[in-house]
Order: sequence, then C-alpha cells, then structure tokens
Amino acid sequence: MAAERDLKYTAEHEWLLVEGDVATVGITAYAAEKLGDVVFVELPEVGSDVTAGRVVGEIESTKSVGELFAPVDGTVAEANSAVVDAPELVNSDPFGDGWLVKVRFTELPANLLSYDEYAALTGE
Amino acid sequence: MTSQQSHEAQQHEAQQHEAQQQEAPSSRTSPLHAAHVAAGASFTDFAGWQMPVRYSSDLAEHHAVRTAAGLFDLSHMGEIVVLGPEAGQALDYALAGKLSSVAVDQAKYSLLLSRTGGIVDDLVVYRTGDDRYMVVANASNRDAVAQELRDRTAPFDVEVFDESDDIALIAVQGPAALSILLATPGLAADEGALDGEDFGERLSALKYYRSLPAEFQTRPALIARTGYTGEDGFELYVAPDDARALWDALLEAGAEQGLVPAGLASRDTLRLEAGMPLYGHELGLATMPAQAGLGRVVNLAKETDFVGRAASEEGPDAQAPVLVGLAGEGKRAARAGYPVFARDDSTGEDAEVGIVTSGALSPTLGVPIAMAYVAPRFARENTVLDVDVRGSRLKFTVTALPFYSRKKR
Repeated sequence: MAAERDLKYTAEHEWLLVEGDVATVGITAYAAEKLGDVVFVELPEVGSDVTAGRVVGEIESTKSVGELFAPVDGTVAEANSAVVDAPELVNSDPFGDGWLVKVRFTELPANLLSYDEYAALTGE
Repeated sequence: MTSQQSHEAQQHEAQQHEAQQQEAPSSRTSPLHAAHVAAGASFTDFAGWQMPVRYSSDLAEHHAVRTAAGLFDLSHMGEIVVLGPEAGQALDYALAGKLSSVAVDQAKYSLLLSRTGGIVDDLVVYRTGDDRYMVVANASNRDAVAQELRDRTAPFDVEVFDESDDIALIAVQGPAALSILLATPGLAADEGALDGEDFGERLSALKYYRSLPAEFQTRPALIARTGYTGEDGFELYVAPDDARALWDALLEAGAEQGLVPAGLASRDTLRLEAGMPLYGHELGLATMPAQAGLGRVVNLAKETDFVGRAASEEGPDAQAPVLVGLAGEGKRAARAGYPVFARDDSTGEDAEVGIVTSGALSPTLGVPIAMAYVAPRFARENTVLDVDVRGSRLKFTVTALPFYSRKKR
C-alpha cells in the first residue's frame, strides 16, 4: 500500500490509489473515526458501471450511515469481500486492508485533492 | 463518502440549537471534560453539552459493559431537589407515581405528565430523607422539569432547588461493578447509614433501585444501584469538584477487572438492547404512557389528584400507535425515522403503519433491533412488518421487549 502522501482524495473523504487505469478506493481514517465502529458495508457488484459523484455503496456504523460515492467514472473491477465479511477493517486499517473497491476508469476527474489539500480540508 | 448523521444526532443537534438560541451561547462541558480529552474521547453535542460519544470503539465499550464494566460520565443529567415536610404529597401531585409511599433510601422510576397526559419527561426519583427527594431529569428537559416542579408544588410546604450544576454523576455498569466499587479506595458509607455492618456488606446487600448515603474521600456521595444499560451497576452522585478524583480512582481500581470508560454511543445501544425508552425517541409530549408500555408507571389507584390524571384515566385513542420491539435479519439497521409498512389484508396493498424511533445492529445479539410505534393491530408478537431502509424493504418481526436481559445470579 502506498503512503498516504501519495494518494488522491475527495472532499467526500475517499482516498484513491491510482495504478495505471485502475483506482483502488477506500475511506480515510478521518472518515472512519467520525463514523465510529463500522458494522456493515455494502459495495457495488463487480462489472457494474459507476458514475463519479453517484452513491455506489453504504458504510454503516452503530450510530450512523455513510454513503460511498464513486470518485471516478468507470467499471467496478473488484470489490473487497474481506471488508464485507469483516467491516471492522474499515476502522482498523482504512488505508490498507479496509479498501473498498477497485474501479477501472477512463479519465480521472480534475477535482481530486492532494494529501496537503485534504489535510487542510479536515484540519488534521 | 458523506456521513448522514442518524436521527438521534440530528435531534440532539436541533435541541442544542434551540438551547443555544434561548440560553447559553456555547455548549457546556462536564467537570470530567479534561479526563475525557486526555483519554482521547470523541465528543458529541448532547442537549447542549459536549459529552464523550466514544473513547476508542463503541462496540468494545458496549461489550465491556456486558462482560465486565463500563464507566460513564452522566454529569449532564439534571438533579432537582424537592425539600420540605410536604415533599411526598407535593410529588404525588406533580408526578404520575405515588412518591409518598417510597421509602427513604429507595428510588422509583416515574413520569412528569402534561395536563393532557403526554410525557414531559421520564425521571428517576430518589427519596434521600423523610422530607427530601432528588428528581433526576434528562439533560434536555432539566429546565422544563425544574419549572414544572416549582409551579406544581407551589401550594405545598416545599422548596424546589435545581442542583444540577452542583452535582456530577458517574455510573459504573456491568457484572464487575460491585467488585470494582469494593476495590475503590476512598469510598465509604456515611456513618449514620451503617447499622453495625461494614461498607462492603452494605454495598453488596444494596438492592436494585436502592441508594446508600456514602462518602468519597470523606466528601458526601450518594451511591445508588440504578442504571440504564440492562446490567447490574451503580450510579454515584458527587460534587463536581470531587468528580475527577472519583473517576480516576474507579478507573484505577477497575482496570484489572476490565473497566473501561464508555461513551454515549454504547449507552444508547445498551439501553436499546435492554428495551429502555429514550426521551425524544420513544417518549414525548405527544405520547401517553400507555402507548409506550408504561401504563404501570401511572398510578391511577393513588387517592389524590395528580397532573394528567383525568387524561390518563381516559387513556389514549384506541387506534393510537403503540410501542413495539422489532428484530430483523442480516446486518442493516432500521433507524429512527424510517417508516414501517404492512400489507393490508382487505385491500392487498402495502400501507404505512408506523415509524421507527430507535434502531441499531445489536452488538450483543448480532441482528438489527429497533423500537417503533405501530398501529395496534400490527403490534402482536411475531407479526412480520417491513421497514423501508433507505429504499429497501427489510423484514422485521414484532418481538417482546427487552431484546436482552442479563442472567440473574
């Protein structure tokens, strides 16, 4: 897993690891901390098309529900079944084993944030 | 990802906004705030207070209370003292229960009703002397309760003091609670309370909903065997200046026995499993006790009049919704505000028959549990209902409350 500094981010608290035309997507430690203990994760099906900005999944904690937005246009190449079976991975390793989906994309949106921009957004 | 806060949080925020507009410009903090910050707590706005929502993991805190013990800061709760020779009679008139027949050192769950029989607040009332009662109110209702108690008891020979700012409340909840209190240095019974027994014997023998006048480091404390988690446990009332030393002493004494500080998130899932109502969710001005399954708390056998009596005698409309427990399958929770549907046999159509008031994936049971108000004809146990969980209809079965009860030893 790449260093957090090398990831791209969205204002919706997702991170992206871009390798070729595939982006691995997860939620940030900041978002996981705000949610509390994650107890349920619903992810899009492999092969489904996703549109940037649209809701593609849900992340539920005991106290609240978070929506997962697709950060890019593309096709779901892989969904992390380990995190569906063990949602606590989102809390214990949000930037690693707690990744959510891999999306094969055609083009990255221009509004992705750098590490510094995201850090400024969250004030951390 | 965006986080939609649960309805609970939204309601609490709404309450806080109201409170902020009406009174304090900034939210209040507990006398234990520094301890929570040092412990790395996350905070939430609760009825205008910054209170710990969790320290590290709300699931771990929940399980600790079920298996060992959790330490809760409940200093935001309101404590209103009613003092005077007619205190018992005054409360008999002001509240739904018969408080004059509560023994000294006994506690009683009660309700403050409106004239129309709705619930202004649910309360625990401790009789701490022949002519002294301490009424513990929800933080969001503290001012309303203090005002109503003043107004309603005016014709009686009593005085009402809102002592909320001068009392901190710490709860130790869980099967290890007694053992932890016994191991905490500085805790002792008030000298007058001991009848030849020692403190340990008195505390061990203290029954549920009984209290013991006590001391912590020679300063006054009240220890009560009460709680809101469905486990054995104690609530300790002390002066704010003594709260930090007591908190630290309990944590240190309890560390070996698995005691952890626990936040309001775990308190909410614990009380939900135990089938205990929460004001603003299951209880409110528009709800009559009978609808909430609290008809037994309204003492209609009381010889004297009380506020809300006439309306209570009439009771709610026969079609008024009633509170039920709902248990689901899978992992998706039905949350506060989600509509409940049932098939209408006469038309074959789907109809909205109720609304969820609290819900979570039960940490202890592993299935979604909820409380909901539904039309009476859908309230029978084992009735299968649908809850609309953000567009998906999920099956829930009407289930007797509580969802969880501890094994009696």
